[in-house]
Amino acid sequence: MIWNPTKECMSREDMRRLQGERLHKLVERVYHNTPFYRRKMQEMDVTPDDIRSVDDIVRLPFTTKQDLRDNYPYGLFAVPMSQIVRLHASSGTTGSPTVVGYTRRDLAIWAEMTARCLSAFGTDCNDIFSVAYGYGLFTGGLGLHYGVEYLGATVIPMSSGNTAKQIKLLHDFGATAIACTPSYALYLAEAMAKTGIPREEFRLKTGIFGAEPWTENMRREIEHKMGVNAYNIYGLSEVMGPGVSHECEYKDGSHIIEDHFLPEIISPETLEPLPYGEQGELVFTTLTKEGMPLLRYRTKDLCSLTDEPCRCGRTNVRMSRIVGRSDDMLIIRGVNVFPSQIESVILEMEEFEPHYLLIVDRVQNLDSLEVRVEVRDGFYSDEISKMLALRQKLSARLQSVLGIKADIKLVEPYSIERSEGKAKRVIDKRVLQ
Amino acid sequence: MKIKQLSVFVENKTGRINEVAQILGRHGINMTAFSLADNADFGILRMIVSDVERAEQVLREAHFGVSVTEVVCLSCANVPGALSEVLDGLAKEQVFIEYMYAFSEGDTARVVIRPTDLDRCIEILQHCPCCLISKSILKQ
Repeated sequence: MIWNPTKECMSREDMRRLQGERLHKLVERVYHNTPFYRRKMQEMDVTPDDIRSVDDIVRLPFTTKQDLRDNYPYGLFAVPMSQIVRLHASSGTTGSPTVVGYTRRDLAIWAEMTARCLSAFGTDCNDIFSVAYGYGLFTGGLGLHYGVEYLGATVIPMSSGNTAKQIKLLHDFGATAIACTPSYALYLAEAMAKTGIPREEFRLKTGIFGAEPWTENMRREIEHKMGVNAYNIYGLSEVMGPGVSHECEYKDGSHIIEDHFLPEIISPETLEPLPYGEQGELVFTTLTKEGMPLLRYRTKDLCSLTDEPCRCGRTNVRMSRIVGRSDDMLIIRGVNVFPSQIESVILEMEEFEPHYLLIVDRVQNLDSLEVRVEVRDGFYSDEISKMLALRQKLSARLQSVLGIKADIKLVEPYSIERSEGKAKRVIDKRVLQ
Repeated sequence: MKIKQLSVFVENKTGRINEVAQILGRHGINMTAFSLADNADFGILRMIVSDVERAEQVLREAHFGVSVTEVVCLSCANVPGALSEVLDGLAKEQVFIEYMYAFSEGDTARVVIRPTDLDRCIEILQHCPCCLISKSILKQ
């Protein structure tokens, strides 16, 4: 079902006009309320009056995650704190996390757009959702939560972890839909099979997966093992949270909620806009956001866009699956991990050489991160316990910085490749196809 | 009384210990005793060798992670109950042993002990029914 046909099936011409009007208002807002943007626009000699249609977007400055960090915590907010009703913060990043603030209206829009997604997945007020994304600073849990309520369905605020309890409640509460990361879905499906409870006793029929890149193969596997129809939901905290785009029953790309988010594809090298169909970095401008509106936010996600009408009747632009990143960020178990974060932890510890190798893999359907490091001369010990303590010390520090557990492997001196130029620091064995 | 023990960090890979043995052999260094402690990922090869300084140097050049620790080595009668008498003495005085390894030949048994408190351990062992072995004997 199409939740909001007026917006979702608007003619391209009307959509462009609506986006143009909203863009103009947005630029006025940030120009007057966010010193960061005013300064950037002044440097580029652009005033709000120069921005009249979506075509003028190329005149606006880009925003990066670094800008968010540099303006930590509230520097990019465009309203006084009295109007901010909720804060979220991104998962582990080097230094400061990135903070996002929402006004009451932002939250209402977020819930409505998430309801559009859920409706496109064929769910309605009769469904019972287990939201197994983490609740808290992460936008996944609460984002889906309010979307489900807005839809009028029942929400089980399950949050992540405690698989045995998840399964019991899915079963006992007769959940018909589940929202979580695709890798956790696979893990959960296997755990469900191991309980020996026949699959017919579960009523699950819809799976809503996102927060990390996944593949058609994973979709087939999840659908087969869990007996659900699996849909992709895309989003990122900086822009809003889950629900920025979603698949429909045809699963042929994700529909972008275009009346609220203006997408562009740019070349990550030249920063020039690329035409529909070409692969590049996805950029979003938040057309209606009040709390923390962003101009041309560089997601670093690589994909392509199409404005071909979809068989479902929606006319908004669709994005392809994410095929990679334009930076070195890894998404491990739904958490953003930058090799530079791991590097900084290792560099701070005198016990280790500054060389490391990260091996990312998917073991039993869960992402794994192995960090190989060499112990510095002088810190080798004759005692196993001391070596293990060294390993534990690094493990604990990494966990506190990354938010996820890494397996540390101590390796012999000089066994990690040294190179003058760009060393290969990451081996990602997960195959995304 | 104190003897220098060489410890080598080795990953759990086939042939790694042999490589250590080969390097020492090539440089004419003899291993008097050794033991291997391991866990899932790595092992620590502990050795008493004829020339610690030289062994440390050549292994380091071959990119091994090495450390040198002081241990005590004793010999006692190779008969039932002999070791127990020695250990009783240490236990009574609350000397904690990190690890130990032993080998015997004919009438005598030799035991390498790595206590937490080496000086205290030596002091107690001097009153136990055993002989402390000096470095010079081991070099032979």
